Amino acid sequence: MMQGGPPTPDTVGSRSLEVPRAGSATPGTDSAAVELDGLGRAYGERVVLRDVALRLPAGQTLAVCGANGAGKTTLLRVLATLLRPHAGVARVLGGELPDDGWRVRGRLGLLAHEPLLYRDLTARENLAYHARLHGVAAARADAQLEAVGMSLRADEPLRTLSRGMAQRVAIARATLHAPELLLLDEPRANLDPAASALVEPLIGRAGGATRVLISHDVEQGLAEADLVLGLQGSRAALLAAAGEVEARDVGALYR
Amino acid sequence: MFGRGLKIFSLLSAVLVTGAFALAFFYAPEDADQGLRQKIFYVHVPLGIVTLAGFVAGGIYAVRFLRSGDRAHDLRSYVAIHMSLIFGVGALLTGSLWAKAAWGSWWVWNEPTLVSFLIVFLLYACYQPLRFSIEDPGRQARYAAVFACVGGAFVPLNFMAVRLAQPLIHPRTLSSTANLPGSVSFTFLVALVAMAVLFTTLCKYELASKTAAMQLRSIRRRLSGEDISPLADPSRRSAAPQRL
Amino acid sequence: MRAAVSALVRKDLQAELRNLEAVPAMTLFTVSAFVLFHFGLDRETLQGDLASGVLWVTLLLAALLGMNRLFVTEREQGGFDAFLLAPVDRTAMFVAKALVLFGFLVVAEVVAVAAFALLLLGPGLGQALPELLLVLLLADAGLAVIGTLVGALAVQTRARDLIVPLIALPLSVPLLIAAAQASAPLLAEGGAGPLAGRWLAILALYDVVFGLLSYALFDYLLED
Repeated sequence: MMQGGPPTPDTVGSRSLEVPRAGSATPGTDSAAVELDGLGRAYGERVVLRDVALRLPAGQTLAVCGANGAGKTTLLRVLATLLRPHAGVARVLGGELPDDGWRVRGRLGLLAHEPLLYRDLTARENLAYHARLHGVAAARADAQLEAVGMSLRADEPLRTLSRGMAQRVAIARATLHAPELLLLDEPRANLDPAASALVEPLIGRAGGATRVLISHDVEQGLAEADLVLGLQGSRAALLAAAGEVEARDVGALYR
Repeated sequence: MFGRGLKIFSLLSAVLVTGAFALAFFYAPEDADQGLRQKIFYVHVPLGIVTLAGFVAGGIYAVRFLRSGDRAHDLRSYVAIHMSLIFGVGALLTGSLWAKAAWGSWWVWNEPTLVSFLIVFLLYACYQPLRFSIEDPGRQARYAAVFACVGGAFVPLNFMAVRLAQPLIHPRTLSSTANLPGSVSFTFLVALVAMAVLFTTLCKYELASKTAAMQLRSIRRRLSGEDISPLADPSRRSAAPQRL
Repeated sequence: MRAAVSALVRKDLQAELRNLEAVPAMTLFTVSAFVLFHFGLDRETLQGDLASGVLWVTLLLAALLGMNRLFVTEREQGGFDAFLLAPVDRTAMFVAKALVLFGFLVVAEVVAVAAFALLLLGPGLGQALPELLLVLLLADAGLAVIGTLVGALAVQTRARDLIVPLIALPLSVPLLIAAAQASAPLLAEGGAGPLAGRWLAILALYDVVFGLLSYALFDYLLED
């Protein structure tokens, strides 16, 4: 199993056309990228997340496991500032949500279930649009397409691409602005082994970003993580260092 | 929480409404050319005024909801607009009756107040369809509040545009109460207060009933073992009404 | 803010140019409506307030088509989420969408007004054109503003295509009154009459009031 440390300037700088990371030094945050305490979120009367508390140091990876409907996606969307927390404290990259959301946005990358790309635009147009929104140079968008191996099909409308290809473009999109925090919802869904290896530098540990990773592949999730959070019935049923968790314990969450 | 004062308000509105009708029929003088039919004025105009005030109140509560995130304001906004819609139907029907009595036709396009009222009513009639076609309760409340704010601004602008569109040759009926006999003004005033108190009372009833229904539902759910206890941290959001 | 607005506008125009959805639909709708009015009213030509009314009701209904489509891709293809993840002012979305709708309306009206003059209008449009243009632009601004707000309201509902006309039609009554009244003398037989200033004032007031209101309220439609 890989043992992760904080990102070194080396690993960060190894990517082509690197975007300088926005300053994240905020007093009192030490090096925790994500800090949750008593976090809760409801839809109307239905509570989908309750009392989640954890601390994820910068540069480490948190694997989130749990059955369908356990609250994984909701947790990810709260961290992405797309849903406001209804209870407790959620501190992401030193900013307290929801009030500091504007400060955090743009420093995190979300790879959700949907690719968040326009189907009628080409991959290149989609990335150019996001580059403008994030204030990133257009050349960087092309470099990203190259990195996920999509340069050749970059000028075809996205709806003509296969799901795996769309997922690669989505990965290029999510990492376009070199986010400090990556929120990944089954990032390797629809990817063949070759493509999976190709995107490794972008979303893998080597990329150096702090990661929150939803994965149904328990073995793989444990192998990539430093910390494991198991959700069951909207509550945290398991929280431990990845080294101390057996795949069996995680499997129990799905029962 | 909304149940207080219901008895007093009910009693007060019963007394005032009866009083207003008594004044209208036995105290206010009969109109020279419209006769008894003019009495509908004491129902129609207060209905219209209270309806518009209810829409505006709905807008004000909507602003307060958007600012505070307190669901109780959302519930108040909803009830005010809902009740105004009911009163609005009454205002349109009595207006139509009055038009028939005064001008011999069920509907007149050259009475700008009535026409504006119809347009405002048509706009607010979309409030409930909008609300009920949104699933997420939080979004439902926010979207309804945005609608209520827009409606609040629309009311005066619409009245102005419709008024200007008239050829300006029709004398405005009862545009000012200044030149009316004192008995008419007094009766009208009592009728207006009666209508306003009736409106408030009915709103209070609806608020109390909605709140009770919601509490009942949440108790039922808790009894059936569902985990619905409100999330802690009252500073962020009240545990008040969710779905209406 | 400016960069975000231009990114959004550019993206919408790219999609529209590729698909040719909203603008052709609006244009075709207006021409079909003129044909319908010809038979429905059984008139060879129209002038004055009748012409003005037909023109404005048609344009208003055509605008509904544009409002209906304005936010569909944002909702169905994750555009809202992607936009909310970017470090930009959320109001940029409102400004950009209002500009796009305004642009769509202007392009559709170039064809629609020409078709109207050709098919239905009795008197020539020649000298009244600059004034009519002014009325059109002022009304388009109002339609763009309320259209953006109503489109955003409706796109999250279950019955989007019902909610848009239900709300937008009553809401645009003041706009229709002012635009139709202002255009009536311009389309009159025997030389265009003068343009009444008060209708332009109403149009401008409508644009400003609903522009500011939508600007202030739009953020609430995006947050969650």
